[in-house]
Amino acid sequence: MPSFLFWLFAGVMLIFGALVIINRNPIASALSLVVCFLGLAALFMSLDAFFIGIIQVLVYAGAVMVLFLFIIMLLDLRAEERRTMNWVAFTGGFVVAVSLLVQILAVISRTQMAKQTFPPLASPQTDDVRNVGLLLFGHYNLPFQVIGVLILVATVGVIVLSKRQLR
Amino acid sequence: MSAIVETIEAMERPPVTMTSRLEGELLEVSMGPQHPSTHGVFRMNVALDGEIVRKLKPVFGYLHRNHEKIGENTSYLGSMPYTDRLDYFCSMTNNWAYALSVEKLAGIEVPERAEYLRVVLAELTRLQNHASLLGFLLSDMGAWGTPLMYAFREREKILDLFESLSGSRMMCDYMRFGGCRVDASAEWLARAKEIVDRFPNFLDEFEKLIVENEILIARTQNVGKLSPQLAISAGITGPMLRACGVNYDIRKVDGYGYYPRFQFRIPLGEHGDTYDRLMMRALEMRESISILNQAFEQIPAGPIMNPKVKVRAFRPPVGEAYGRIEAPKGELGFYLISDGSPNPYRYRVRPPSFINLTILEDLCLGHTVADVMVILGSVDIVMGEVDR
Amino acid sequence: MNPTTFFIFTTLLKIVGIVFVVILPMVSYAVYAERKVSALIQDRLGPNRVGPAGLFQPIADAMKFLLKEDFTPAHVNKFYYWLAPCLAMVPAITTIAVVPFGSTLFGVPMVIADINVGVLFVFAIASLGVYGIVIGGWASNSKYPFLGGVRSTSQMISYELSLGLAVIPIFLLIGNLRLTEVVQYQIDHGWMIVPFAGDWRNPLAWLLAIPMWISFAVFAIAVFAETNRLPFDLPEAETELVGGYHTEYSSMKFALFFLGEYAAMITGSAIIVTLFLGGWHFPGIPDGSHGWIFGLINIFVFFAKIVVLLFIFIWVRFTLPRFRYDQLMRLGWVFFFEIALVNIFCVAAILAFHAPPFPKHGLQADESDHGIPGGKMGPAVA
Repeated sequence: MPSFLFWLFAGVMLIFGALVIINRNPIASALSLVVCFLGLAALFMSLDAFFIGIIQVLVYAGAVMVLFLFIIMLLDLRAEERRTMNWVAFTGGFVVAVSLLVQILAVISRTQMAKQTFPPLASPQTDDVRNVGLLLFGHYNLPFQVIGVLILVATVGVIVLSKRQLR
Repeated sequence: MSAIVETIEAMERPPVTMTSRLEGELLEVSMGPQHPSTHGVFRMNVALDGEIVRKLKPVFGYLHRNHEKIGENTSYLGSMPYTDRLDYFCSMTNNWAYALSVEKLAGIEVPERAEYLRVVLAELTRLQNHASLLGFLLSDMGAWGTPLMYAFREREKILDLFESLSGSRMMCDYMRFGGCRVDASAEWLARAKEIVDRFPNFLDEFEKLIVENEILIARTQNVGKLSPQLAISAGITGPMLRACGVNYDIRKVDGYGYYPRFQFRIPLGEHGDTYDRLMMRALEMRESISILNQAFEQIPAGPIMNPKVKVRAFRPPVGEAYGRIEAPKGELGFYLISDGSPNPYRYRVRPPSFINLTILEDLCLGHTVADVMVILGSVDIVMGEVDR
Repeated sequence: MNPTTFFIFTTLLKIVGIVFVVILPMVSYAVYAERKVSALIQDRLGPNRVGPAGLFQPIADAMKFLLKEDFTPAHVNKFYYWLAPCLAMVPAITTIAVVPFGSTLFGVPMVIADINVGVLFVFAIASLGVYGIVIGGWASNSKYPFLGGVRSTSQMISYELSLGLAVIPIFLLIGNLRLTEVVQYQIDHGWMIVPFAGDWRNPLAWLLAIPMWISFAVFAIAVFAETNRLPFDLPEAETELVGGYHTEYSSMKFALFFLGEYAAMITGSAIIVTLFLGGWHFPGIPDGSHGWIFGLINIFVFFAKIVVLLFIFIWVRFTLPRFRYDQLMRLGWVFFFEIALVNIFCVAAILAFHAPPFPKHGLQADESDHGIPGGKMGPAVA
């Protein structure tokens, strides 16, 4: 893929990722996150992983973030905008983030894997939907079903909890 | 019928707090006076919990024009054209109610042919009012005007009849105390009969729509239920009252005009919901057609005006009278007090739409915003009459 | 001309041709058609002043939209207020990129981007369409638009499920998500609504027609809901919410919302045509490889099918009343969702007996490829 596209989308992701945190308005943050997801999807697609890219848009940008927006819209946004900055929390978070970054850089600089160049990816003619499907429902069928049941249980739990609170 | 008579104030209502812990704040929406489906300049202040109506406060008066006070400062004849403007869909019945109360006040006899003409025109008015009401109601439900257009097509024919008889489509000013203003020619009666004969085609089409359309049934059944007790204690009249199963039609109760001479039935509802109110209009139109057909057969020749009445220099004796008729929307009454002068001492209108509207909140509580529009449509209001 | 330049040139030509020459005029004439057809239904005349039979009415409307004052209320959130109409229009037109609107013309395939996840691309982009409405409703900072925005969020998410589940039977049958393959399959084995056309003697193929029709019905109804058309037009519900999410908009910004709805209707019809009604195929008409005239006829057939569907869209709008919000939700979650799920099981059961005609891709998985120790995920199909 043309490398300028990589830099373009990576830049978009970084900028909007930062905007998610910087924006005081939750709606603006949520929308920045959507753009961030779109950039990520574009990166996947440039690796010929159309399926993952599209699912990224469909699930995260199209469904999850819409639900987030739905919830945020019902909140009192002014309260968030009025809130003043807590300097203790800010410096604490800053220290944690910087130390994490230093740690990651240190680890990466020592591993051998980071130095080698990746081999070119498989030919773009592969049908990745079929591959994902066969892998998911063939080799990983049991874990997949278990996760499905877990999510079902979680959903039922949420409904039970919220209904109890209503009464 | 007076087993349990409750006043509206005595009705138990859950206390409405503007904030509840989990449901969050109620959203207060001001619907109207510029809302597309409030039938004119009606306004409702609605408190919504999500989509559910928790509180509804009707606000009216945007079209108030001192009708009653003007009536006291005008001669008896002068008020006649002004009654057209009350419920501007049904000027004929307004005229009749006013003429009836003046006739009661002064003890005037009306010639036979005039009485028949009055019945014909009142029932034609009922036909066009109910037809357009059904159209408007479906429009409020989101049917985008198609039923309304069909209803208006029928209404146009009747308005054309009114125009050729009285000179005006909506502001007819046709009746006078002691008779009617102009006589209907045999040709006019033949035309009217032809239109009435074709009207059942429209009704068949419309009833099929009401009976068969799943969405319409889902939108109207069990929506806006009105109990007979509340309806009676709030003074609800007309199709709305009969939709709750209360057999009360002034055409039968008072037997004013020549209505006792006609064979007709009073359709009654069972549940008092919006569907019944819709159905009530459709069934009443059938009965109106039957009355009209009888009237076309029986109508005699003769004078249309009592020659003893001096319409212009009219001075009724001292006294008071209340004349009421079954207007398409309910009981329309005029209460007049005469002090012997050319102007009434007191001129009071009992408007059916206004009184039927008073229970709007009781009908709407617990339903959704979409239902409010449907319920309001089924009450059948005309702001000219509500605000006067 | 080298292949890359040729590819870029033809793709640009296709984009410009399909969007500016076909879709956008179609959008404006869909408005005209809506007014004319509704007039026909309602016993009226419809627009007849501008040009012969009112044919220039869309141009007059466009002039009006462009020249009217573009009023921005003081209480709105300006940036998002401006952004929302664009977000409403763009996804509707973007989805057309993967739809094959013809066979070939002079050897060039008549599809802008033939990607292997075609239908998922359509769903993904269509699901972004809700942002325009939600942000429009929120940024207007007013109550009716807000209610419209809230309604549209839940409505679109609910009906996306039925939309997605309704097409799964098709892909069980075909085994491929590429829309050109879907059309090719339908040419070989009969349109999706007549799956027995290629195999008259097989009773199972006839049996397959039942779930395919259910799929078609659920999908078409979900498209109605996704495009906010009556009886599912609750986000704008004129008689309840005045104008819903676009109450505070005027001039060209309103026009973008308005035209976005029609564009979504056209692309929705295009997807229905591609998935169920044989795409550009019409029995007896060969594809574009037999001559450019047939290529043109194929394109014409595709858009003719869209026009028929648009007529149905308009017909329904002027016939049915609107659902109530809770009824709409119940219908989506309790009825369509379940029926689509059961439908998938039925198709799978039928296909277990009726040998699915996709041998050319092969159903057998290569088990040896499944361990991914080195992060390498090679092609599972040999």
